[in-house]
Amino acid sequence: MTLAAGVEGSNSTLNIIIFLVFVAITLVIVFRASRNTKTASDYYAAGRAFTGPQNGIAISGDYLSAASFLGIAGAIAINGYDGFLYSIGFLVAWLVALLLVAELLRNTGKFTMGDVLAFRMKQRPVRAAAAISTLAVSFFYLLAQMAGAGGLVNLLLGIDSNLGQDLVIAVVGIIMIMYVLIGGMKGTTWVQIIKAGLLIVGAFAMTLWVLGKYGFNLSHLFQAAVDKGGKAGEALLGPGKQYGKTGTTKLDFLSLGIALVLGTAGLPHVLMRFYTVPTARDARKSVVWAIVLIGVFYLFTLVLGYGAGALVGPEKIAKAPGTTNSAAPLLALELGGPVLLGFISAVAFATILAVVAGLTITASASFAHDVYANVIKRGKTSADSEVRVARITALVIGAVAILGGILAKEQNVAFLVALAFAVAASANLPTLLYSLFWKRFNTQGALWSIYGGLIVTIVLIVFSPAVSGKPVDVKTGKSASMIQGVDFHWFPLDNPGLVSIPIAFVLGWLGTILSKEHNAKKYAEMEVRSLTGAGSEKA
Amino acid sequence: MSSTEQDPVGGTGTETDWERVQASPEFVQLRHRLRTFVFPVSALFLLWYLLYVLLADYAHGFMSTKLFGNITVGLVFGLLQFVSTFVITGLYVRYANRKLDPVADKIRAEVEGETHR
Repeated sequence: MTLAAGVEGSNSTLNIIIFLVFVAITLVIVFRASRNTKTASDYYAAGRAFTGPQNGIAISGDYLSAASFLGIAGAIAINGYDGFLYSIGFLVAWLVALLLVAELLRNTGKFTMGDVLAFRMKQRPVRAAAAISTLAVSFFYLLAQMAGAGGLVNLLLGIDSNLGQDLVIAVVGIIMIMYVLIGGMKGTTWVQIIKAGLLIVGAFAMTLWVLGKYGFNLSHLFQAAVDKGGKAGEALLGPGKQYGKTGTTKLDFLSLGIALVLGTAGLPHVLMRFYTVPTARDARKSVVWAIVLIGVFYLFTLVLGYGAGALVGPEKIAKAPGTTNSAAPLLALELGGPVLLGFISAVAFATILAVVAGLTITASASFAHDVYANVIKRGKTSADSEVRVARITALVIGAVAILGGILAKEQNVAFLVALAFAVAASANLPTLLYSLFWKRFNTQGALWSIYGGLIVTIVLIVFSPAVSGKPVDVKTGKSASMIQGVDFHWFPLDNPGLVSIPIAFVLGWLGTILSKEHNAKKYAEMEVRSLTGAGSEKA
Repeated sequence: MSSTEQDPVGGTGTETDWERVQASPEFVQLRHRLRTFVFPVSALFLLWYLLYVLLADYAHGFMSTKLFGNITVGLVFGLLQFVSTFVITGLYVRYANRKLDPVADKIRAEVEGETHR
C-alpha cells in the first residue's frame, strides 16, 4: 500500500467538511421524504410521483458512477483517445433503453425486472431466476463501488492507515443504509438528483476553465496534452494506446464495446428507476433527459481528461495515489486550489453513496418482491410485510457492502464493473427483449437465457486473465490479475461479452422451441398493456 | 401481490378480452408503427456503433489521420456518435408523440372505459 498522504496540496479537513455538508443536507431531505413513505409503492417506486426530468437527472446521477467520472477522465489523461471510447459505448447504450425497453417496461411491470420477465410465464421459477440475476449484477456493481471507496479515501482524505480506511468505508456504508431505510426510493432519488446536479455543474465549470486556458480551441488543448506527454504524447490523439497492443487485446476491446452498449438496458437498478414516474410517456422523457445529461457530461470528461494530461501531466498522475483515478482531482487542484479539490472530492464520495444506495434498494426490492412475496409466499402476503422484508434485506446488503468494501479494497477488482455489464447484457437483456417482442417465448426459454447467460459469463470471467495468469509486472512485482501466483485461465479475453451474449440469445431461442408451453392469453394481455399502457400501475 | 394475479384494471370484475384488443385493426396498426420504427433504427445505430468500434480497434492509421490542427478522424467519428445518438433520440420522440401516443391513448381509453362500465 502506498504511504503517500493523499494528493499533494489537498486539505483533508476541508474535503471532509464539504462532504459532511453534503451528507447533512441530503439527510434532511431524506427525512422529509420519509414522512410520505407509507405504502410499498412509496418505498419501491417513490409513489411513482417523480416527473420525467427529475427521474432523468436521477438516472444520470445513478449512472455516472465514480468509475465513469474519475475513471474515464483518468483513462483519457493517460491513454488519450482509448479512454474516450468507453464513454461512447456508455452513451449509445441508452438508445437501446429508449427504443426497446423503458416505456414497455413501465407499462408492464410494477417494481422489479422480474415483474416483466415473469408476466406471461410460470411465476415462481422465472421470478427466482430474475432475482438471482438482479442480485448478481447488483452485487458485482456494489463491490466495485465499495472497493473504489477505499482507494478514494486514501486519495482524497489522506487517510492511509488500514483501520482509518476501514472506518471511513463503514461510515459511508452506514450513511447509505440510512438513506435507503429512511427515505426509500424517494430519498434515494433525491440524493441522486442532488449529486448529479453537483457533479454536472462542477464538471461544467472545470471544462470552461480548461477551455478558457486554451482560448476555447480544442486543437490547442490537444497540442498541450501531446507536448506534456513527451515521447508517447502523439499517440494520445488516436486509438490504440491501451487496447491496440495485440490481436487479443483488440478482440477484448470489441468484446467490451458490445457488452457496454447492450448491458445498460439490462442493469436492474437502471430499470427500476423507470417505475418512479407516473406514465410511460414520463419514462420516455426520463431517458431523453438522461441521454442529454450523460452525453454532455461525457463531452466534459473529454476536455477534463486532456486537460489533466496537459496541465498535470501523465507522469505526475501515474505517481499519485490511486493513479488514473487521481487525474480529475489533481486537475481540480491545479485549477482552483484546495477549495475546488475539496468540492470535487466531496462529489466523488457523494457519487459512491448515491450509486450504492440505488443498488441496495434495487437488490432489496428484488429479494422482497420476487423471492419473498412471490416465490416463498406465493403472492399471499401483505404489502407491509413485504416492505419490512425489503428493509431487512437492505440492512443485510448494506452490511455485505461494508464488509466487501473492506476486504476488496486492496484487491484489483476493476473487472467487476465490466462483469456486471456483461451479466446484464447476457442474462437480462436477451430475456427482456424476447419477453417483450417475441410471441412464442416461454418459461423454459426465459430460464435458459437467464441462467445460461449468467453461468457462461461467470465461468468465462473466472477462467479469464482478469482473475489469474497475467504476466508479473517487473516494476511492481505483481500480476495484474486478481489472484497472484497461480494461473488457471484458459479463456483469452478479460471481457466475456463477445461469447456470452450470443450464447444467451441462442439458449433463449433453443429453450423456447424445445418447449410446447405458450400462454396466448397472457401474451395478448402483456402486449396490449406494454404498448398502450392500459391497466398499468397508477401513480 | 404479483401484478398478474389480480385484476389489472380497476378490479371492477369485468375481464378485459385482451386477445380481442390485440387482434383489433387499431392495435395491429400501433404495433406495426412501433416495430417499423424501433427495429430498423436499432439495427442502424448498433451497426453504426459497431463500425466505429471496429475502426477504432483495427484501423489506427485511418483514425489517427489529422483533418485540421490536432483534430483527428477518430475524434470526428467519436463526436458523430454523440450527434447520431442525440438525433435518433429527437426523431423517436417526435415519431412517438405524433404516430404512437394518439393511437395508444385511444386503445387505452377504450380498454379502461370498458372495464369500468
